[in-house]
Amino acid sequence: MNHQFSPTSLAAGMESVGVRIDGVDLSYGSHRVLKDIHLDIKPGEFFAFLGPSGCGKTTLLRLIAGFNTAQRGAVTIGGRDISGLPAHKRDVGMVFQSYALWPHMTVRRNVAFGLEERRVPRAEIERRVDAALDLVGLKHLADRRPSQLSGGQQQRVALARTIVIEPKVLLLDEPLSNLDAKLRVQMRQELLSLQRKLGLTTIFVTHDQEEANTICDRIAVMEDGIVQQVGTPQELYDHPANLFVAGFLGTANVLEGQVRAVDGGTVFVTGGGVAIPLPRGVEPGAEGKLMFRPQNLFIHQEDGRQDGEAPRAGHVRLVGVVRHREFLGASIRYAVDIGGQQVQVDAPHQAGDALLPTDTPITLDLAADKARFLRR
Amino acid sequence: MTSLALTRESIARVRPGPAVAAVLIALFLLLFLVVPVVQVIFVAFQDKTTGSFTLINFADFFQNDLFMRSFWNSFYVSAMSVVVASALALPLAYLTTRFEFRGAVLIQSLGIIPLIMPPFIGAVAMQLLFGRNGTVNLLLRDHFGISIPFMEGLNGVIFVQSIHYFPFILINLSASLKNIDRAMEESAQNLGCHGFRLFRRIVFPLAMPGYVAGASLVFIKVFDDLGTPLLLNVNDMLAPQAYLRISSIGIADPMGYVISVVLIVCSLLALWVSALAMKGKDYATVQRGGGGLARRRMKPLELVAAYAVVLLILVLVLAPHIGLTLLSFATIWSFSPFPDAFTMKHYGTVFLESGQYITNTLLYASLAALLDVVIGTAIAYLVLRSKLPGRQWLDYIAMAALAVPGVVLGIGYLRSFYDVPMPFTGQPLSGFWLILVFALAIRRLPYALRACTAALQQVSNSLEEAAENLGATKLRTISRVVVPLMSGGILAGFVTSFATAAVELSATIMLVHSQSDAPLAYGLYVYMQSAAGRGPGAALGVFAVVIVGLGTYLSHVIIERGRRERGQDH
Repeated sequence: MNHQFSPTSLAAGMESVGVRIDGVDLSYGSHRVLKDIHLDIKPGEFFAFLGPSGCGKTTLLRLIAGFNTAQRGAVTIGGRDISGLPAHKRDVGMVFQSYALWPHMTVRRNVAFGLEERRVPRAEIERRVDAALDLVGLKHLADRRPSQLSGGQQQRVALARTIVIEPKVLLLDEPLSNLDAKLRVQMRQELLSLQRKLGLTTIFVTHDQEEANTICDRIAVMEDGIVQQVGTPQELYDHPANLFVAGFLGTANVLEGQVRAVDGGTVFVTGGGVAIPLPRGVEPGAEGKLMFRPQNLFIHQEDGRQDGEAPRAGHVRLVGVVRHREFLGASIRYAVDIGGQQVQVDAPHQAGDALLPTDTPITLDLAADKARFLRR
Repeated sequence: MTSLALTRESIARVRPGPAVAAVLIALFLLLFLVVPVVQVIFVAFQDKTTGSFTLINFADFFQNDLFMRSFWNSFYVSAMSVVVASALALPLAYLTTRFEFRGAVLIQSLGIIPLIMPPFIGAVAMQLLFGRNGTVNLLLRDHFGISIPFMEGLNGVIFVQSIHYFPFILINLSASLKNIDRAMEESAQNLGCHGFRLFRRIVFPLAMPGYVAGASLVFIKVFDDLGTPLLLNVNDMLAPQAYLRISSIGIADPMGYVISVVLIVCSLLALWVSALAMKGKDYATVQRGGGGLARRRMKPLELVAAYAVVLLILVLVLAPHIGLTLLSFATIWSFSPFPDAFTMKHYGTVFLESGQYITNTLLYASLAALLDVVIGTAIAYLVLRSKLPGRQWLDYIAMAALAVPGVVLGIGYLRSFYDVPMPFTGQPLSGFWLILVFALAIRRLPYALRACTAALQQVSNSLEEAAENLGATKLRTISRVVVPLMSGGILAGFVTSFATAAVELSATIMLVHSQSDAPLAYGLYVYMQSAAGRGPGAALGVFAVVIVGLGTYLSHVIIERGRRERGQDH
């Protein structure tokens, strides 16, 4: 099973192109599915549309493939506006979530299909089909029917069938969702190495942030038909533009409170009366919430004793009570009630360490400079 | 695990109920299906005088010009019916699955209307509308000086049969088209395929199993049908020949049996071919959440063409119904486009003189349907829920009735039960009306069995186990939990069996002993033999259509209600 894609002649001759989406608007009846989408995907980039189901990410992908029509806006591939082209003339390869392998054809016939439609000479079809099947390591199964293959093998056939036509852009619609967890991790690495080898501009639709984070160069986080933020996985995680992005990528602690002016700046004052300094640029009275990650918190005292020791520089002391705990293996995640609001904190775990019982008083230090004030 | 398996096994061993039921059903199937059919095959290979094994009867069959012509005629008519039926069904299936078409409701009714009129009932009416001197040709001759031989000889059988049976192709083909995942089509488009090539390379091959299933069904039905050729006076086909041999020469003549064997072999061949074509091709590819093929809106011109096609087929499909209704009210209808005058007298005749046809039919068909659902439920339960060895065979044997043409079953009953005298009266058992009921029950059992099996499959095993867990005995569980939950399916099976048994002619025509015991279909056949009887015959036919139509509607309502209730449960 552990198989690596081997380089072939397929990669040669492919020139990467960019994809631009300009002010796309799409509605089904009165329901506006895509709202003024602008995206610029660079040549050779591995790009993800990430969001919960119903956010419009698949609709946007299908729009690029030509299966949906936008009411407004344009899609440009390699500088050419393809909005008016029918699906069969677009030269964008799409791998479907269900793979959509034709059950009445063998693996070889499935892969040859697109080349036959392009009236490629017989001998060249054979050569390119062999190369594509070789690339995904399935040459020995060429004469099987799709129904005789495992899920992972079907996935590879679908991939071979798409890349054999040397599309300008590769579209992947939740390609890993039908695989079991272990295979999913393996396939995503294979996808990445294949994409790097071919240098093919690739758009990957997924609802799984881990999938997007691990293999994609950049991610467009979508929600409610709107692109919430575009950036590298790290940018999105470290500097989320809003609460949705913060919560969708990783675990976020969100505190409610008010922004007040103090000597030398502004602070965020929680309901419990804790004041957390804010960076410049947030005006007093601003509406918003404070967000930080569990790893931005440190446990100061496990029994909640007020030892009078001041928090380290740049840290703010929070006092609370352990409400829940989750054993995660490498760490223990505690949910701590601080003055009516809950935060999560991760404590590293070593063999033999005892878990704190619930209802234990606890004091926490927050690295204030890691906290971000988000207006929505 | 082991202890659980052991307990289950021991429970199965000590409980005699299922075994008793299985034996009773096996006996019934043996007596009324296996023995008569084996008897027919046996006689076909038996020397008429010495009783020893021989192939001479088959040699006679193949050397007889009339039989060979009948054979090829039957084959030709069946094949052509498939062709014409396909020509009617294909555009309709394509329209409903590829386009957003408001006329889709029309097309759905097109798929039902023909089935509620048995072809032999409409045959005479079609003669009056499309025959040489029928309405259409009289009008054509008056206005254009041409005539079209719709109903001449074999054409008539093909015409009537394909109008009646095309829904089988339409239903199967539409279903398999609807089961194709949209992604199948889109991935082809994505790779550069479109238009007719897309249809030819992807859509049609994926829909092929459904088409073959429908087409082979049409072939078998037409090949085996006795009533339509008989009513149209086309006797040089196999089924009529078998009937005529037995009814005119007698049950000792071997040729009727030889023809029966040929009919069975051809039915089996057609079933085999269709099974071969379907083998390993379960193409139902719809994924969860994925709708069928993409539909598009029609352009105005396409819309006009679509309605023209649908309306043309609608007119054809309604023709037998209209013709029959006109005929039942007509005083005289001959050599004129429309009847001379209208009257209610035929209905009076039917009710005064031949009320027994109707009451007999209601009695026979309801008894047969009752028997079917009881046996069907029992077999379904034994097969799905018991561990009885060989239980699958009950299902196989019951389903084998599909391959036995009605006329063959009738001949088999005659042969098997003619020499058995009834107690007290001493008349042959084959003439006893209950035998007719059994013949009808055997004929319709496969349909009822499938309905019951489907119904039971939807009752989760755990519902039963829950009842047993709370202390109910097996029999109480079945009667209080399983059967009530299956009731929708059972009822639908009953109504379908009832409606189709009510108009069965092939098997019953051989077995009717006296007019007073005859069912409606037989009475209709007798009426239609004379010109004077056509009016009352048509009135009787209208009655038959009403029975079948009501039955079909009821079963539809029951099935829909069941589906809705299940839908709400989730």
